[in-house]
Amino acid sequence: MTTIDFQLKDDILIACIKGDLDHHSAAGLREEIDEAMQAFYAKHLVLDFNGVGFMDSSGIGVIMGRYNKVKEKKGKIYITGCSEYVRRILDMAGIFTITQLEETRQSAIDSIQGNVAMQMRMEVI
Amino acid sequence: MENKMKVEFSSRPENESFARGTAAAFVATLDPTMEELTEIKTGVSEAVSNAIIHGYENNVEGIVVMECILDEDRRVTIIISDAGVGIPDVAKAREPMFTTGKPEERSGMGFTVMESFMDKVAVDSSPGKGTTITMLKYLDTGHDL
Repeated sequence: MTTIDFQLKDDILIACIKGDLDHHSAAGLREEIDEAMQAFYAKHLVLDFNGVGFMDSSGIGVIMGRYNKVKEKKGKIYITGCSEYVRRILDMAGIFTITQLEETRQSAIDSIQGNVAMQMRMEVI
Repeated sequence: MENKMKVEFSSRPENESFARGTAAAFVATLDPTMEELTEIKTGVSEAVSNAIIHGYENNVEGIVVMECILDEDRRVTIIISDAGVGIPDVAKAREPMFTTGKPEERSGMGFTVMESFMDKVAVDSSPGKGTTITMLKYLDTGHDL
């Protein structure tokens, strides 16, 4: 059984995926993430793969689909908690050219908030 | 001496994890590394998903056949076949990012992942008859020597 734990920090939705990510579980994951993004008016998405035991190319499809939706809101996707093996698969599809890889969930949040602060400063100047 | 197994199952997405788990359990008798097992599971998962999504076009009444052969030089052969619609252009289907599914949700990376995790991938397909994917993996012998 694959599940997602959601956390919300300002306009950032953090989705921690637990279990196997294959074609079978991908359909439900996509739907749950999209519903949560809408329900919480989230702009950015942090995907935490720390609890993912198995993943095939369906994981790439899930990220690409979410990227298109988040981009419409001018948000960004951050990926964290990748095992070496998950990273290898995502790298094959060039996922890290459209998302940002972070070591931890916290560094992803800091990175988003840091970017926001930087933008605000630029506007003031 | 060769060791063989063969299973048949319905083309239901929930059987994807059954297939890769079964293949992994069988290959485990050769005492592979965790990395090798994960790579084999990924190859099986991609091939079985392809049979279900593309071969049988998500119709759950199809039958997917998985055969696994282990031989004495630690060579693993996995054959996954379906009697679905077949692939009109195999070379095109193997190209990275090519998909006939919804491009926003399907990455088209299935064959690329199979090819990079397995040592050899052969595709035999005829439209209207079905597709057979044969994957080879040579397990490391390092820890035996």
